[in-house]
This record gives sequence, structure tokens and C-alpha cells, in this order.
Amino acid sequence: MASIHSTKGKTEKTLITVLMIIGGILVSIPFIWMITSAFKPESEALRIPPTILPENPTLDNFKHLFTELNFLVYLRNTLIIVAFSFVGLLFNGMAGYGFAKFAFKGREKIFYLVLATMMIPGQVTMIPVYLLLNGMGLTNTLPGIILPGLVAAFSIFLFRQFMGTIPTDLIEAARLDGAGEFYIFFRLIIPIAKPIFAVQGILAFIGAWNSFLWPLIIANDESLYTLSVGLSLLQGQYGNNFALQMAGAAFMVVPIIIIFAFFQKYIVEGFTMSGIK
Amino acid sequence: MFKQKFRNRHPYMFIAPAVTLLIIFSIIPITIAFFISFTDLDLKGLANWSNISWIGFDNYQNLFADDTFIKSIFNTLFYVVIGVPLVIICSLGIALMLNYGSNKLFSMFRSVYYMPSITNIIAVAVIWGYLYNTEYGLFNYILSLLSVENIPWLQEPTIAKISLIILAVWKGIGINMIIFLAALQGIPRAYYEAAKIDGANRIQTFFNVTLPLLRYATFFVTVTTLIGWMQFFEEPYVMTQGGPLDGTLSIALFIYQEGFQFSEFGYAAAGSFVLFIMIIIITLIQFKLRKSDTEY
Repeated sequence: MASIHSTKGKTEKTLITVLMIIGGILVSIPFIWMITSAFKPESEALRIPPTILPENPTLDNFKHLFTELNFLVYLRNTLIIVAFSFVGLLFNGMAGYGFAKFAFKGREKIFYLVLATMMIPGQVTMIPVYLLLNGMGLTNTLPGIILPGLVAAFSIFLFRQFMGTIPTDLIEAARLDGAGEFYIFFRLIIPIAKPIFAVQGILAFIGAWNSFLWPLIIANDESLYTLSVGLSLLQGQYGNNFALQMAGAAFMVVPIIIIFAFFQKYIVEGFTMSGIK
Repeated sequence: MFKQKFRNRHPYMFIAPAVTLLIIFSIIPITIAFFISFTDLDLKGLANWSNISWIGFDNYQNLFADDTFIKSIFNTLFYVVIGVPLVIICSLGIALMLNYGSNKLFSMFRSVYYMPSITNIIAVAVIWGYLYNTEYGLFNYILSLLSVENIPWLQEPTIAKISLIILAVWKGIGINMIIFLAALQGIPRAYYEAAKIDGANRIQTFFNVTLPLLRYATFFVTVTTLIGWMQFFEEPYVMTQGGPLDGTLSIALFIYQEGFQFSEFGYAAAGSFVLFIMIIIITLIQFKLRKSDTEY
């Protein structure tokens, strides 16, 4: 590459850097606008010409969310769903390990069945799952919201890919030492598979935090709403109070941005690792 | 002997929780959906099963006589035909740009471009609803500085479709960009050096070395993006509820409305199978096209 470091190469690099920065700013406009507007009083958010930074920064919008609206309840429900998504993650990991490291009757067939579920669009299962949950008496309950999205075929697939790279000798050695299968899984496999658990854990967190469709379909009571459902309700009820809407949106988006900033290296590496490339 | 038998049960214990849940929430439902798509199941039928009757292909026939459904197919194809190429071109372009350098700045902007894709769709819709607002929105204000008349971003059927596409492209770039970036970084440097020795210029190198080597990534991105856009749902659901005049109604939103707003479960299930079959056909066509160009 040394020969490229000519003047021509340098101007090219500057040009691409500038282009990248401009594009990046354009992409971030919605985020910037959300943050600055969230701190504006209601009237300022409606002003023409708009102010870029809030003239009288205020936290009233955020107070409004928690005192007059039920965002605390929505937050609690969302966190419960997040907690259970980690149980789902464990199930995915166990299944991935089972498919990768055991030879058993029907392994290929069951695995193809798992992969086949990836092809089914959500719209097809939406109605029958609702009818099933209705039959089980789980509509308008938290289990009804949590169960349908608990496991994901794609995640099982990625776990299986990773677990396949763990040397079987290691597991055999542990067995010879008299370790039980579940002991092996929790004490040996999980520590080795930490990178894939980290990536899948972050993605599970983001997915659960953002969950919208099932809470929307299953929850009738506001006491079961998640943050996304609450936010879409807020948009309907406070149509023109944009400052309040931006505060609600910021409350949903900022935690994800922070988590992502901390873990982005793992997420990006995760894609390379899982062999999608 | 006993221990051997017991050990054979272990794999099933590992896969049982996940596989059971997948069977209950994916395999059984698709069977149910198939059967109810031939019935007139609605709220009355749900209350009392004796109200359900077998109506054969009536739902499917009615669907294709239903102007709203036809419109939703048209809208969905509009989204797909414009949106999918845009997503692929933008994410490849950004990936190429980000692949150019490797310092801190480049990895920071990688996060910036990735951010929209992990942002909650409702929050996105709320923010863009504000940006698109005809009177108070930022976009119309900026355009007014360039003395452009107010644009009815979400009030005119065709413009509304395009507005939703812009939003969805913005959100869809991140994940595909990462896949392209991973693929770009996997291309051995030797290929570029060989091309250089052969005297290829930048453009020739791009079209004859980079693009062909990205074929697998491009195929993966195209297939998954197409499937995703065929199921376009949240954006019109939150921003326009399918309006104005069903101008942004997608097939997925049509199914949702029939199922959960009008409680026409049988009719909606039939609609969902039409969508499923369309997705299968489009995916098969892509695999077929790919096969024909493997001899490269």
C-alpha cells in the first residue's frame, strides 16, 4: 500500500473522509433533532423558524412522562421482557450446543425444521399465535407477550456454528472426569462461548427493549404496555406536543445508544465471527 | 448400560426448550393458519366454534376481488422496487467508504451509520413524524429557505410512500453495511496487488475484482432485504396507518388490519398465505438467477 501514499492518494483520502463526515451528519440529523427538541418547552418546539439549541432548556418533558404518564410502568414491563429474553438466550445456546455437539436420532431433521421456521413470515403466524394464546387464556398477560418471541431460529443457528468450533476432546475429557452434562455446559461451554453469548446477549437486549408487535397485539391494559407501545400511544394522544414526543423517543433511544457505544466492537465482530460474510 | 441410555437423553434435554417453543409458536401456527384461511373465522366463530364454516377458496377469491388488497400489493411492490436497490447501493457505498481507512475516525463513523438500525422503530417513526410535519417540521423549514413550497410529506399518496421509503432506507443501511464491510475486509490484499500489476485502474479493479468477490455478501443482503421489505409493516403502521387513501397500505399492514381491527381471522390468514407464497416465489427466483451465474 506504500506506493498509494502519494499526493494523489492523500487528496483522495481527504475527499473520502469529508464525504464520510457529511454523510454521517446527515444520518444523525434525526438523532440530534430528537435530543435538542426533547429539552425545549412545548411552544418552542413549534416555533418557526426553529431554534437549533433550546433557548430555555427544561426537563419538564421528561418529568411529564413519569408523573402524568405511565412511563414508569412501561419501563418496568419492558425490563421484565428484557430479563426473560436472557432466558430465551440460554435456551438458544443450549439448543445450539445440542445440535452441534451430540449425535442423536433425528438431529438433521429437527435442525432443518428449526431452520424452516426462519422462512415463515411473522404475518402468517401472527393470527394463529394470537388464537392459541387466546385459547390458553394468555391474552392480556405478560407470559402471552413474552412467550412468542422467546427463542429465535437464527440465534440457534449462530450458536450451533460457534459451538461446532469447540474441540470435542475437551468435552470428552470433562466427561471422563465424571462431570455431568449440564455441569459441562454451564461450567465449561458457556465460558468458552462467551463471545457469541455476548453478541447474542446484546442483540437479545436490543430486540426485547424494542419489542412492539406482540405487546401491541396481546396487551389490552395499559398496565401491560411496553415503552414502544406507550410511545405510539403518546404520539396518538399528544399529536402536536412534539417536545414531549421527542422526550419519550429519547428515553427509548438513548439507553440503546449508550449500550451500543460500549459494546459495538463485539457486535461488529460478532457478524464476522458468525460467518455471515 | 443404564448410564449409556441416560446419556442418550441429554441432547434432547438440551434442545427441548427451544424446539418446543418453536413448534408451539411457529410450526403449529402455520398449520392452523393454513386451515383457517379456508374458513370464515371471525369474532363470532371465536366465541363459539359452531359458527365457523368451511368456505373453500372463497377467501382467496375475495382477496383478489378486493381493491384494497390489490392496492396493498401494488404499494408493497412500489416499496420493494425502489427501496431494496437503494438500501443495497447505499450500504455498499458506505461500506466502501468506511473500508478506506482504519483509524479511530472511521470506526467512529461506522457506529454512526449503524446507529439507525438498532433504534426502536416507534421512536424512529415519532422522530420522523416531527421532521416530516408539514407546518412545524425541520425538512419543510430547510426547504423554505431554498424557497421550495411546503411538501405534504405524508399527506399525498405517492409522496407518502417515498417518505416512508427514505425513512426505511435510513434505518436499513446499518446491518447490511456491516455485512458488506466484513466481506470487504475478507478480500485478500493479493488480489488488488495483482490487479495493479496488470495495470487495472480503480474503476476496473472495482468492477472486476471487488464486486465479483462480494457476490456472496450481495446475494445474502439482497435475499434478506427483499424478504424484509416484502413484509413492510411498522413504518406505515405508525406513521400513516396505511393512509392517505390506502396510499401507504402494505400487504402486511392489510393483514394486520383485517385480523386485529376487523377480526376477520380467516380472511387475514388467507392474505398472509398469499404474502408467504409471493415471498417464496421471489426467493426461489433469486436462487435460480444465482445458479445461472455461478459459472463465472
